[in-house]
Amino acid sequence: MENTNKLTPPERLELIRHKKRPTVRDYIPLIFDEFIEMHGDRLYGDDRAIIGGIAAMDGIPVTLIAEVKGRNLDENKESNFAMPHPEGYRKALRLAKQAEKFHRPVICFIDTPGAFCGIEAEQRGQGEAIARNIMEFMRLRTPVVSVVLGEGGSGGALALGVCDELAALENSIYSVISPRGFASILWKDDSREKEAASIMKITAEDMLSLGIAEVIIEEPLGGAQNDHSQTAENIHEFLYKTLCKKMKIDIDVLLNERYTKFRKIGEFSEP
Amino acid sequence: MLEDLFNVVKTRWSGPEPSEGEKKAPDKAASIPKDLAFKCPRCLKVVMTDELVKNLKVCPHCGYHSRISAEERITITADKNSFREFDRDMLSKNPIDFPDYDLKQEELRKKTGLKDAVVTGECTIRSEKCVIGVMDSRYMMASMGSVVGEKITRAFEYATENRLPVIMFTASGGARMQEGIVSLMQMAKTSGAVAKHSDAGLLYISVMTDPTTGGVTASFASLGDIIIAEPKVLIGFAGRRVIEGTIKQKLPDDFQTAEFMLEHGFVDMIAERKNMRRTLAHILKLHKGG
Repeated sequence: MENTNKLTPPERLELIRHKKRPTVRDYIPLIFDEFIEMHGDRLYGDDRAIIGGIAAMDGIPVTLIAEVKGRNLDENKESNFAMPHPEGYRKALRLAKQAEKFHRPVICFIDTPGAFCGIEAEQRGQGEAIARNIMEFMRLRTPVVSVVLGEGGSGGALALGVCDELAALENSIYSVISPRGFASILWKDDSREKEAASIMKITAEDMLSLGIAEVIIEEPLGGAQNDHSQTAENIHEFLYKTLCKKMKIDIDVLLNERYTKFRKIGEFSEP
Repeated sequence: MLEDLFNVVKTRWSGPEPSEGEKKAPDKAASIPKDLAFKCPRCLKVVMTDELVKNLKVCPHCGYHSRISAEERITITADKNSFREFDRDMLSKNPIDFPDYDLKQEELRKKTGLKDAVVTGECTIRSEKCVIGVMDSRYMMASMGSVVGEKITRAFEYATENRLPVIMFTASGGARMQEGIVSLMQMAKTSGAVAKHSDAGLLYISVMTDPTTGGVTASFASLGDIIIAEPKVLIGFAGRRVIEGTIKQKLPDDFQTAEFMLEHGFVDMIAERKNMRRTLAHILKLHKGG
């Protein structure tokens, strides 16, 4: 962690947009023994911005749900630049409920600028889809572990972020809205993105100190793009250790802890 | 109060930039003193304020249900003198040390008499006991930060412990950006409390009022067992300007209205303000013991 923790928030913003920064597609073969992808929400369609399926990690069957950044323009077109529609969130929930049924833990990889903002997304209930995921993940009777890989933008990230333990990659960011959106809304000027990033408290260290994340996963010197395998190994180590720990806890105790983890976030005073 | 309303509706649909319609027809409104007249943001017609107030602040021309304060809402909803407020003096801190956030809140507290953007408590509606929460858009567009999240969570927890139904009148611009990621987490916190209330077999009615958007739509507002909306109000996830920016075209006027949400299956019914109290009491009666 000592390697790059001097980077400023705008520098990290640049780093997570680095062309070579690994995406979930790079990580899957490096972290899991196998992955069988499942498609569709059974209601409307299959959103390629979120992939999901059954994976095995050191022999443990898990359900993997991940937001998909593209590594090139074609991949990004397919995955809509990792901005899910409602059917993406509903697919995620369907797979999570399946994991609950078959007593598999759920691993979520968060990497999105935010939920897609468009006419069809509104028509199909973007707000409802995110709300439903947040509520159902809060009471999902199986362990859930989430990792912010690069960008955790807004409710679109939180829809995969209600979990028993959240880890953030060292250079990842997690924010209430993208820094660009923040600058656009508060200052009517989206060119002030870097300035927004600097004051929003969006770094992995901020997540730790605000009680949002429990763990920072170290990146190789200079960032994850410099060594995919090493980054994957670090993520794997965190996941394996955390799953082993969480799978031993009685589910009612775990659910109580999950509720409390979010319940205590907020800063207010009372006379 | 009415002056605030007037100012608020000026930016009703498209934030600080006036929409095409508003650009075209400001002269008539501008010539009438603000406290005497109200220009409807839906049909753009001018209504004298005493007429508007008599009509429960519903536009007599098009039926748009304009914004009202939490106090006004409780007055027209709860039985007389039945309301007992919860957590009245809770104040938010400044979790990400956002510049001027404390100052802005102090000014708003003076101006509105509110401490933050939601009022919660318990009351009876036609003798039916319930927990009630009302968001007030005059306070930072009723955005959800620590106080809103905590008060709503506590209201649901209280209702779960005391086996009471909950009615939430939602209105919000979304998460409170000045509280950063902490405000985003209030979506999880409130939704968790809704889940516990629901698991206890208790009734939650969400009443969407103008405007219900962003992180509030994407959390507790959309999680009611029964979702009611007031006519013509704005309901959606993404801001209109953001969508227009993405798709590079103007959106139709009826986009993200209560009627649009009804058509697409996201609200159970639209109820007029004058019938709301009766409607809520009726639903509460049908769920007695639940």
